[in-house]
Amino acid sequence: MSASTIALALALGLATGVLSGLFGVGGGILFVPILLALGLGQLEAQATSLLAILPTVAAGAWNQRRYGNLRVRTAVIVGLASVLGVEIGARIATALPEDTLRRLFAVLLFAVAAQLVWRTVRARPRYPDLP
Amino acid sequence: MAISAPIAAVRTRAVLTPPYDTPVRLVAIGLAAGVFSALFGVGGGIVAVPLLILLTHLPERMATATSLGAIGITAFAGVIAYAARGEVEVGYAALVGLPAAAGALMGTSLQQRITTSMLTYGFALLLTGVGVRLLWP
Repeated sequence: MSASTIALALALGLATGVLSGLFGVGGGILFVPILLALGLGQLEAQATSLLAILPTVAAGAWNQRRYGNLRVRTAVIVGLASVLGVEIGARIATALPEDTLRRLFAVLLFAVAAQLVWRTVRARPRYPDLP
Repeated sequence: MAISAPIAAVRTRAVLTPPYDTPVRLVAIGLAAGVFSALFGVGGGIVAVPLLILLTHLPERMATATSLGAIGITAFAGVIAYAARGEVEVGYAALVGLPAAAGALMGTSLQQRITTSMLTYGFALLLTGVGVRLLWP
């Protein structure tokens, strides 16, 4: 890894964090394309993205727990059940050609973009002058 | 008043003691989020948050926070599943993941101060552009 690659990765990582905090989306949606741009393959990028989101998720979850928004029992049951799903998902991803995986990811990006627009349009106040 | 009071009481009870978060529903949500997470290398919140709201009737803020807690376990499991297959690049993960944690703190506090609706359209456009690039590299 060259010094300029490292500098680029650090800058893009910081930008990803700011954007995900600002718009309430997870970092993974941005980490995967960034890691692809840094030269990883689709499967490597996805696997590495899962490790990269852990620090942000841990900090966020810790914060939400202090605010009392996190229902620990619910989160633990959902999280533990997800372990089986993860193994299934990893098997599917490993079996698929990387081109197909990349195209599926592109479709996911469109879906997230559409959801963001939908959320914003719906949340806009209809009478902005009212207090 | 006489009419609205009982309705309010019913709603409050539904939020405070949800009879909806049965283990079966929570396991189903976890399974779906886990498959999605490992398949795309994302946390799975895009699936877990709407499902939590829809199936367990949690308020949006609580669903988002609870999903974040579940994602911690999901992503950790994903890392192990993929590390066993030799796909995890630890150096790259640290390079983008550690500054991102600092950036997320900045983004969250920024969110309280600025109006984001125009920015959100810009961000949606950016995601669409990246998607197009991935489809036709």
